Amino acid sequence: MRDAPHAPLAGPTPLVDVHAHFYHPASGRGDWERVNAARLRAGEQIGIGVHIASILGSWGHTSPTYFPSPADLTAGNDAMLAIAAAHPDRVRCYVSVNPNDASHARDEIARCVDRGAVGIKLAASRRADDALVDPIADEAARRGLPVLHHIWQHRTREWPGQEISDGADLGRLAARHPRASFILAHIGGGGDWAHSCAAVADIENIYVDLSGSGVDRGMLDMVYDAVGASRMVWGCDITMETGLAKLRALESVGLEDDELADVRWRNAARIFPHNTLPGIPTSGVAARHTASMRVPR
Amino acid sequence: MIDVNCFIGAYPFRELPHPEPAVLVRVLEREGIERAWVGHLPTAFHRDVTAGNDALFAALEPHRAVLDPVPAIRPDWPHWERALASAHALGARAVRAYPAQWGMGPHDAAMARLAGACGELGVPLVLTTKFEDVRQRSAIDVSPELSGAHVRAVVRSDARVDVIVTAAGRALVEETHWGLTPDERARLRWDISWIWGPPEDHLAHLFRTIGADRFLFGSGWPLRLVQSPIANLELLPAELRRLRLAEAL
Repeated sequence: MRDAPHAPLAGPTPLVDVHAHFYHPASGRGDWERVNAARLRAGEQIGIGVHIASILGSWGHTSPTYFPSPADLTAGNDAMLAIAAAHPDRVRCYVSVNPNDASHARDEIARCVDRGAVGIKLAASRRADDALVDPIADEAARRGLPVLHHIWQHRTREWPGQEISDGADLGRLAARHPRASFILAHIGGGGDWAHSCAAVADIENIYVDLSGSGVDRGMLDMVYDAVGASRMVWGCDITMETGLAKLRALESVGLEDDELADVRWRNAARIFPHNTLPGIPTSGVAARHTASMRVPR
Repeated sequence: MIDVNCFIGAYPFRELPHPEPAVLVRVLEREGIERAWVGHLPTAFHRDVTAGNDALFAALEPHRAVLDPVPAIRPDWPHWERALASAHALGARAVRAYPAQWGMGPHDAAMARLAGACGELGVPLVLTTKFEDVRQRSAIDVSPELSGAHVRAVVRSDARVDVIVTAAGRALVEETHWGLTPDERARLRWDISWIWGPPEDHLAHLFRTIGADRFLFGSGWPLRLVQSPIANLELLPAELRRLRLAEAL
């Protein structure tokens, strides 16, 4: 047990959480402020410099979490932008869109990026390799925004409430859009992570986000073997203790300091627009797809 | 601190890195954990638990200074009473049972008999809610998760039995705890291996409502990272960090 209450539990090196969420009054839960405050509190304890976060519409209150209506998406994105504006030193946001409402998605990306959004969040409204996702991926590539895509690690059947995608689906989308960067969401967020590691190992514009409640031993080792530290990005999603645990476990996996820096912040600095992450150095951080990328082993 | 939820041995549905006792000893030392209660993971999926228990005692013998064996007792198997007495004589710190894997419903009479026998001997009975997240299970891993009805029935079946439930989430803890009398609750403890921390703060909520003294440190190693429950305790809100978990029985 670490016992230095004032030192960041994860150490002083910069740390970016690429997969965070916040809530808002229209989320339908009475404790939304408490949960938001708890994320910031735990972030301070851990030493998270930047939470890159999204709100998925009304979180199911007035339209489904994974099939949000245009009105709910707009309200949720507005709330997320407001939270980022209230915490300019540590919160940045994704713009959440539903590919089924194509014109709304296009307009919402433009509107929210103008107001500071640094990435695009796709949940599970349409399968990742569906043609309706292509215009969004094109827009992401044109604007230099990463796409954080919700993933069920190995889809073996349909699950209610989601048009669920897995690593293979995302791989097909990423192969069609080599200039865009995709973040495979929460490798520990449910499903067979071994399948995802195999599915995306050779697709260089997919980064694996380590978030999720799952803390299976062997998972981090397999991600590292499949994609290398240069394509791993750190995050928490809705369980921050598992994020801290995985960060510590990476040392046991055998990552060297330079590789740990890649996972903690440097890869995020590469794939998010330059100079948009507060307190995160950009000098010396090459853009994606340079010779600095580590060859997966 | 004692980790009451560890195993050694292979898992049938995926490869586990180094699930050996010597590795567990090193992990405990690295993380500052004094001891561990250790079950034999393959035995949870065996029909006859005898060979797995023998393997557990043999594997832990060189490490008994740190690792306490927790064998499985299957109460619908011939001579299970003899197996329980033998395990007790060999120094079993507790015993495990897997009613869901054995096809036993919540009110199975055999589980009540096991609870009574454990109560008689003063040996805690450890029940496992789950081994893996439901979303990743093999198609042939169809055992249901341990239910609140299972736990309540076992606790109520004998006034002496102490029960420890591992790998439960907030919902199972709450429906079970508040579904028991104060005397019954006093004989039930939970490990924290699968209870969410911030920002939902389920662990903090349960500490406030049920009490930290109802909870034990547990990790689920070698299935899960031992760092996770440690991080969960460290990330408690400041006013709860001074609370102490229950001592292992």
